[in-house]
Amino acid sequence: MSMNTATGFRSAELTHQLAKKIQESTTQPWHIMEICGGQTHAILQYGLDQLLPPEITLIHGPGCPVCVTSLEAIEYALQISRQPDVIFTSFGDMLRVPGARASLFNTRAEGADIRVVYSPLDAVKLARNTPDKQVVFFAIGFETTAPSIAASILHAEQNKVSNFSILPANVLVPPAMHAILRNPDNRVQAFLAAGHVCAVMGYWEYEPIAASYRVPIVVTGFEPADLLQGILMAVRQLEAGRCEVENAYPRAVAREGNPTAQRLINQVFEPVDRQWRGIGLIPLSGLGLRQRYQVFNALNRFPLAQEATEEPGLCIAGQVLRGVALPSQCPAFGRECTPASPLGAPMVSSEGACAAYYRYKRVIA
Amino acid sequence: MTEPTYPNLQSPVCPLPLPAGAQILIGHGSGGGMTRDLIVNVFQKYLGNAILNAGNDSALLADELTRHAGSQMVVSTDGHVVSPLIFPGGDIGRLAVCGTVNDVAMLGAQPRYLTANFILEEGFSITELEQILASMADACREAEVEIIAADTKVTEKGKSDNLFISTTGIGWAPAGRSISGQNARPGDAVLVSGPLGNHGIAVMQARGNLGFQSEVRSDTAPLNHLVRELCDAVPDVHALRDPTRGGLATTLVEIARQSGVSILLDESEIPIDVPVRSACELLGLDPLYLANEGKVVVFVPEENAETALAAMRENKYGAQARRIGQVTGRSDGRLLLRTALGTTRVLDMLAGEMLPRIC
Repeated sequence: MSMNTATGFRSAELTHQLAKKIQESTTQPWHIMEICGGQTHAILQYGLDQLLPPEITLIHGPGCPVCVTSLEAIEYALQISRQPDVIFTSFGDMLRVPGARASLFNTRAEGADIRVVYSPLDAVKLARNTPDKQVVFFAIGFETTAPSIAASILHAEQNKVSNFSILPANVLVPPAMHAILRNPDNRVQAFLAAGHVCAVMGYWEYEPIAASYRVPIVVTGFEPADLLQGILMAVRQLEAGRCEVENAYPRAVAREGNPTAQRLINQVFEPVDRQWRGIGLIPLSGLGLRQRYQVFNALNRFPLAQEATEEPGLCIAGQVLRGVALPSQCPAFGRECTPASPLGAPMVSSEGACAAYYRYKRVIA
Repeated sequence: MTEPTYPNLQSPVCPLPLPAGAQILIGHGSGGGMTRDLIVNVFQKYLGNAILNAGNDSALLADELTRHAGSQMVVSTDGHVVSPLIFPGGDIGRLAVCGTVNDVAMLGAQPRYLTANFILEEGFSITELEQILASMADACREAEVEIIAADTKVTEKGKSDNLFISTTGIGWAPAGRSISGQNARPGDAVLVSGPLGNHGIAVMQARGNLGFQSEVRSDTAPLNHLVRELCDAVPDVHALRDPTRGGLATTLVEIARQSGVSILLDESEIPIDVPVRSACELLGLDPLYLANEGKVVVFVPEENAETALAAMRENKYGAQARRIGQVTGRSDGRLLLRTALGTTRVLDMLAGEMLPRIC
């Protein structure tokens, strides 16, 4: 990543020009959802919402990978990590997410061997270096993390690393968009699609969604100018009554995406029904291991009990994740629920909408 | 093919609160909000007194017994735990000297003596110990302090981790000097002695888990000479603090709360080296929360800001000193950042452990 790119797409001049164009293009109220938590974070970090006309409401979507990882998957993760001779590995963000009674951080404090890795391939390497331990990787994330997880499975198979397995919990964006658009209280009129997901998957998948729900979808990047460009293109479509898939991030995304990465995903995974925290079961919205790779499924390796996983409580994470409520409308926000003691997952991750609101937009009453 | 059934998104599903505070988590050592809660709710409950509860990096002992030729005694203590023990730009020995020297200096005092406790793990290499002690000796010479008492304990293998060092520092501040985190005032300029985040990235990189190489070196350095030169040039320094764990943002929120003021930072003025910024972009970290071990934040009246900057820039550890913001008024302790785009956002303390983002 070059600093020139960063400086260019962050320049105040370009950003303000785009904000002015958005103002000039907007004649009526519009609700636009940025799906990706990374974009929510960037919008609030740069204060881009302050540059938009009052008619435009941004709805923060469910695209925070740790926020939507199901309580059930977290409970399995905790159970596996407590088994003897297990090293449980995860992306760092996941460690603080509360399960029903504990988080991975709590469980580590009780003595479980839980380690942060930056890549699933590091977990395979760890497995090779510790042949007397079972190394389990918590496979969470969207289409962005799936290729490297698939590659780690293939790498483990080729090198006969039999003490490596994954806890499959990956989720897919398009089925979540279907779920949001079919919701009776849906307010979303246009989507900003996540640029990095599209870098992997392309955007051909979104064309039937745009057509059948008559909703504009704009592939959007993560820098201030990228985000405003995406919003501008969405507003122009809405104002003109168009509903197309457009690409505001052509420097990183092509319509077909990255075919090698897609092949890797398809070789190892197949779509399965999956629970989303705060949302519910979305059909064919997860990636499960294909039959041939089920040997790498940690759920088959350890004796696990299915525990009741109910989430009563103060927090309105479910409504936040569905874009129905703003984090600051939650009675617990900033009081009982803070990043240090989160009640809900969106307060945990830097990509979670609540954490982004807490960090960047908190108004002290 | 039958139409799939999508969930009814009406029914709310809410995560359950976790019982808080039953055990020590790694985030309690992050220097952020969890650390503060532990200190206030657990440590001060039993050990609190007026001096400790002031919440400064060191204690100013103003009673008769500790007065010494027209000066006031300042004491500070600090435990040092770092993995790995040796990292680009420093090691636990240099850190143990500089950390305590700087804490004493943050009340405008000159440290003179240190004590040191060494907790060694059975099996630790004596060659490596000597290397670390030589580095401590170098740092003491540079800071012009002496280690006048020390203690050694050895734990069984596995009961500690190679080497922990605790140091206590004693120094003296001129009588009447009142530099404290409680003394920031509306109208003060906020200065920083140089670029931020290098120590945090250097240590993460030395742990070998960044997955890429960078040339970032820790900034571990004794700041007592810089502080003395600053205080000689500008006698009216209001507050000083070294933004160690928790980084610049956490340090400034602490001072804003202690002093009851609002601080507004100007993002485009905050110095951050390009390799640190790049590493942060890749990892999804915020450089304003990364640790520093050789930087100081300075609050001085606006009219003294240029004199203070000039004095700091004369010292090699302050060559890149910058004015980064101002104290805007009285409040219950708010830190705001004006972004490069002209928008404004709130900065809070680091909550717990800083975690890299997923994608």
